[in-house]
Amino acid sequence: MHFGATSWSLSEADNAAIGHVLQRFLFDSNARCALVVDRSGQLVTTSGDRPPFDVTAFATLAAADFSANDQLARLIGERDFNTLFHQGEKESMLLADVARRVILVVLFDNRTTLGMVRLKMRGTVEELTRLFERMFTTAAARPVGQAPALLADVDDEIDRLFQ
Amino acid sequence: MSMINYASREINCKIVYYGPGLGGKTTNLEHVYQKVAPSTRGKLISLATESERTLFFDFLPVDLGTIRGFKTRFHLYTVPGQVYYNASRKLILKGVDGIVFVADSQVDRMEANLESMQNLYDNMSEYGYDLTRMPFVIQYNKRDLPNAATLAELQTSLNPGWEITEPSRQRHTPDVYHAGTYLVEQVATGEWVERATYFEAVAVTGEGVFDTLKAVSKLVLKALS
Ligand SMILES: Nc1nc2c(ncn2[C@@H]2O[C@H](COP(=O)(O)OP(=O)(O)OP(=O)(O)O)[C@@H](O)[C@H]2O)c(=O)[nH]1
Ligand SMILES: [Mg+2]
Repeated sequence: MHFGATSWSLSEADNAAIGHVLQRFLFDSNARCALVVDRSGQLVTTSGDRPPFDVTAFATLAAADFSANDQLARLIGERDFNTLFHQGEKESMLLADVARRVILVVLFDNRTTLGMVRLKMRGTVEELTRLFERMFTTAAARPVGQAPALLADVDDEIDRLFQ
Repeated sequence: MSMINYASREINCKIVYYGPGLGGKTTNLEHVYQKVAPSTRGKLISLATESERTLFFDFLPVDLGTIRGFKTRFHLYTVPGQVYYNASRKLILKGVDGIVFVADSQVDRMEANLESMQNLYDNMSEYGYDLTRMPFVIQYNKRDLPNAATLAELQTSLNPGWEITEPSRQRHTPDVYHAGTYLVEQVATGEWVERATYFEAVAVTGEGVFDTLKAVSKLVLKALS
């Protein structure tokens, strides 16, 4: 039982597995970079070219954009829009839902096409869905509040943070 | 939804400032932004109308230091207080780890405070979150104004407490921020109640802003441990 939002953790192994999937996707699609953002706006990981902008801010806005569009979908009677596309003059971005928990954001330019990115993204989303579903099942199996031993007995350390 | 990232060695938590329109939520974030070292905070993002009313949210990431080698990074959000923005307000609550309710102390805003508090309970329960079991702090803002209600009046209407039925939690728990008072106590009728901790503030001068932030962040980290 939990009272608020559940907490989850990303292990180095999970991170590596996600990175692996993303790298293959970027190679196949020729997109520039991919970011994984959780629905509450936190950046999970990035892959590919180092984004030349503030990724924290980007992650927040992408999650907000996605949730706002989710609600728009419902208003017009769709369950959701599982992908969103924003086209710019040079840079474009495509966002896709993964397991209803995270969002895959892909940035690409004219070295590739929307069709190509979309095509390659399909399999990637499936692979990521499997990975994240497994991660969230493991997280749900853990008793509440049990952020892995990391935070045990840290009362004094927490106090120290605020001095 | 807090996230512990073992790869980047970060703990990320989400704190939402909630409350009636013009209560001072955005002002709280602006003060934090101005006062913390630029190296420990990111950009302040405000999605606002031309008249500076929050339209979707404000966002400010701050790093509070490290615990066991993990950076503790708090994502602070404000919601739009105006009643008709409920759809966007609700979206921002998604994945929240801790709530600060910024009440407007002015007597004529009491109704708006109550309505916003009710709206918070409703939106939280639609997500299946139980506000009474989460890190939750109330800030009575605008204490500088002559028409501010007394603290006792504000406590009575906005923080009357909720009943505690589990015997294991029925013990007097002092409020460390207000000597001589209790967060959990047995009231005259015999029932046990718990209240949220509160702070008085004047967000325009920064008074009480960090006390509030520290208290809620501590609660969030403790809830994780
Ligand atoms: N006198 C006084 N004014 C305050 C205080 N805090 C905020 N204000 C003023 O109240 C007005 C509204 O403040 P905001 O921070 O924009 O309020 P908000 O809660 O973000 O409002 P919404 O975005 O509409 O929900 C501004 O003009 C602030 O300067 C305070 O402690 N005392
Ligand atoms: Mg505001």
